[in-house]
Amino acid sequence: MDALSASPHRPRNLGDRLWGAGLVALGGAVAVVAGVIVLALGRLTTPLVGRVHLLEFIKGQDWDPVASSFGALPFIYGTLVTSLLAIAVALPISVGLAIFMVEIAPGRLRPVVSFLIETLAAIPSVVYGLWGLFVLVPWLRESVEPALAGAFGFLPLFQGPQIGLGFLAAGLILAVMILPTIASVTIEVLKTVPVTLREAALVLGATRWEAIRLAVLPHARAGMLGATLLGLGRALGETMAVTMVIGNTPEIRTSLFATGYTLPAVIANEFAEATSGEHVAALAGLALVLFGLSILLNAVARLLVQAVKAATGSVG
Amino acid sequence: MKRLILAAALALAGTASAADKLLLNGAGATFPFPLYSKWFSEYNKLHPEYQFNYQSIGSGGGIQQVTNRTVDFGASDAPMKDAQLAAAPGTVHIPTVLGAVVVTYHAAIDTLRLSPDALAAIYLGKITKWNDAALAKLNPGVKLPDASINVVHRSDGSGTTNIFTDYLSKVSAEWKTRVGASTSVKWPVGLGGKGNEGVTGLVKQTPGAIGYVELAYAKQNQLPMAELRNKDGLWVKPTMEGTSVAAAGIVMPDDFRVSITDAAGKDAYPMASFTYLLVPQDQQDPVRARALVEFIWWAVHDGQKYAAPLDYAPLPKAVVRQVEAKLKTLTAKGQHILVGSANRK
Repeated sequence: MDALSASPHRPRNLGDRLWGAGLVALGGAVAVVAGVIVLALGRLTTPLVGRVHLLEFIKGQDWDPVASSFGALPFIYGTLVTSLLAIAVALPISVGLAIFMVEIAPGRLRPVVSFLIETLAAIPSVVYGLWGLFVLVPWLRESVEPALAGAFGFLPLFQGPQIGLGFLAAGLILAVMILPTIASVTIEVLKTVPVTLREAALVLGATRWEAIRLAVLPHARAGMLGATLLGLGRALGETMAVTMVIGNTPEIRTSLFATGYTLPAVIANEFAEATSGEHVAALAGLALVLFGLSILLNAVARLLVQAVKAATGSVG
Repeated sequence: MKRLILAAALALAGTASAADKLLLNGAGATFPFPLYSKWFSEYNKLHPEYQFNYQSIGSGGGIQQVTNRTVDFGASDAPMKDAQLAAAPGTVHIPTVLGAVVVTYHAAIDTLRLSPDALAAIYLGKITKWNDAALAKLNPGVKLPDASINVVHRSDGSGTTNIFTDYLSKVSAEWKTRVGASTSVKWPVGLGGKGNEGVTGLVKQTPGAIGYVELAYAKQNQLPMAELRNKDGLWVKPTMEGTSVAAAGIVMPDDFRVSITDAAGKDAYPMASFTYLLVPQDQQDPVRARALVEFIWWAVHDGQKYAAPLDYAPLPKAVVRQVEAKLKTLTAKGQHILVGSANRK
């Protein structure tokens, strides 16, 4: 459109204008859909508007549908803790995997590994949940959590009863689920790093590791942040697998062994049988909070990407 | 190519004849869904002109849809509350079958016996050990393990939770004031599992766990079930018969909105409930109204024989008679739908 309208010799004909208007409509559809969702959720919350202040709702720690007392903080906390834990576990593995695939793996091995990564991405989340409940949780309870408590028991993160279910289980399940997303995007990003950069580093006497660390990774940093963002998005919204292993208790606990609850999990759990208008309103409120949380993290991540781009740009 | 055209023509003819059929739409409770599906398909064999589309979206959704009159009938495990009924005036409850809730556990105990007080104390977090003195007193001669009790409850809103918490509210004053009864409550202790399968999964996975599930689900999966002490002070195993007895022992109000937990009767099982269809007292379309009411008539009579094989407890005779009377009061545009003698087909 811009190119066409910028050209002085061609006046815009009807076809161009229709085409342009059509594209604007298609682009605008995204905004319309998002707007409609927010509007519909907003309307559902009306029974609580005026009765509960937004800040109180976000800061509130009590969730009691019988007494119509609703607070979102335990769910926000659970969502953030599990998602960040998932990123913390999945990011290093994904980056390592990507480096291996692009820089080190022999040609024959690459399609096999990338097929496996795609397979991981295709597993439905309920299957992850079942696997988590029947394999991961008993393993955490009997081996991992006692070991962690033994080694790092002085930290509040690793204290309390070890039942397997909880933040740790949910975070690990999420890590497995977002690993293919982060890994495959990172692989694509690393592939775009010009070969000349690597060769230049090697020519200057860098070892293979130094070439990766000094030439390849800085170039890919912005893209890797984007990959992490995609993974974070999936982790924030994941419902089924998380609800099966997190224990579903709306409490704020420091320990990773403790049970918790997340925003999408409580919405999915309670919506179908929520019979009072205020309960439905509170759940719609949680959905809006989740929406806001995603937008907030998205915005922060975008700023980070820009900052990183600017930084690497000035260095390079 | 010819064959393709023929197939298309046949398909069109198929949809044309389907349009002559009457499609009744319903939505609501998930608990009776297996039985309702059976009913719809059996009834469709008898009356091919009627078809049913039932969405098992949960009781809350069923109440909402029938309130907005977007379906011909709704379905709910719990009776509508007064406030909900005020929003949907003229909605009639029709009990269809009964369900019960059982307490299951993961401990090396053959038959666990629980008094109402003990069950409430466990779920309030006051009894935390299997070999607690209170439990030992209820289970003489049983070797109770020296292990902590891990409480499990439903995390999703459910009619099962409603029955369970309604029972605890009746037998424990503290439960009533601290927690109350609803499809979702604020649990004093314990972990949440999603659905009967989620609770069962957690109970099986966690040594020392105790949880509650539907009777039908527990029977089909052969879970250990605790005996409860009923209102008459007798120990009862969870059974369909005991569930029907509980329903027979209550004074049924005219609108059927009644809780039958902690019912009197020596064989009555104390954690049971009706599940309901919700239909408008006065409907707009006489043809649809007639189809629906005739179906419900069939469901509470001939349809009841399909209940037991699917582990639902059938309605007691007295309740069926009350339902008959209620069905006769239903109208379409002010005209009675069922006229004259009862069973006209």
